[in-house]
Amino acid sequence: MPFPDRIERTMELAHPPSAVWAALTTAEGLAGWFGNEAGIDLRPGGTAWMKWTDGFTADMRVERVEEPSVFGFTWHIYGLPDDDPRRTYVEFTLEPAGPGTRLTVTESGFAQLPEDAYRKAFDGNSQGWPSELGELAAYLDAAA
Amino acid sequence: MPPPEAEAIAEQVFTALADPSRRAILAALAAGGPATATDLATRLPITRQAIAKHLALLAEAGLVTAEPGERRRVRYRLRSAPMRIAQQFLAALARDWDGPLGALKDHLDRGKESP
Repeated sequence: MPFPDRIERTMELAHPPSAVWAALTTAEGLAGWFGNEAGIDLRPGGTAWMKWTDGFTADMRVERVEEPSVFGFTWHIYGLPDDDPRRTYVEFTLEPAGPGTRLTVTESGFAQLPEDAYRKAFDGNSQGWPSELGELAAYLDAAA
Repeated sequence: MPPPEAEAIAEQVFTALADPSRRAILAALAAGGPATATDLATRLPITRQAIAKHLALLAEAGLVTAEPGERRRVRYRLRSAPMRIAQQFLAALARDWDGPLGALKDHLDRGKESP
């Protein structure tokens, strides 16, 4: 499959998991390397955000918090309209590696597009509107 | 795993978008709503015959659907679902983790030098 559903990177860091955990899961940490500003409510279901000086904003929802080894969140799929509900899942896994940390990041869900689901949504909308508008017309006709 | 048909759908979208006339037709349908081949020919610098040919290819790719009607009054409507599949493939290619992870390494290294 030439197109990836999942992106995965692993990196060795010369810092203990506790330091890496703080960089990934605190507002100060995230603003230090990822965004220019950040906020986070670190609990499953909590919200997190990052802002960049170019005006770009990322809104995340925290999904997994298992200090100091697993941190997961979902966010909006880059390139889709802002109101598209589909999201990718990002998970950071921290493993001790000597005095440092082996950090793995996976982002998955780029190909989450069960055809029946989008077809249902699309066809539902394209058929729903004419029927809604028909009802509106009938309502207005009756009221006139 | 992506559904096996997703890549075929994306490929048809990319093929459709590779042609400037087809991009113009899709843009006209997106901006102005459903239109007949004749409507499109009056709005675009493309002959009606070429528009009919492009609309057939776009319909094959699922990017437009023909609304039922008398032959010369058939209206074509934009269908966005295949675009979203193509967008998701583009999203995977556009997502840049190498930059942020390099920055994370620098961030941690800086913190170590000046605790």
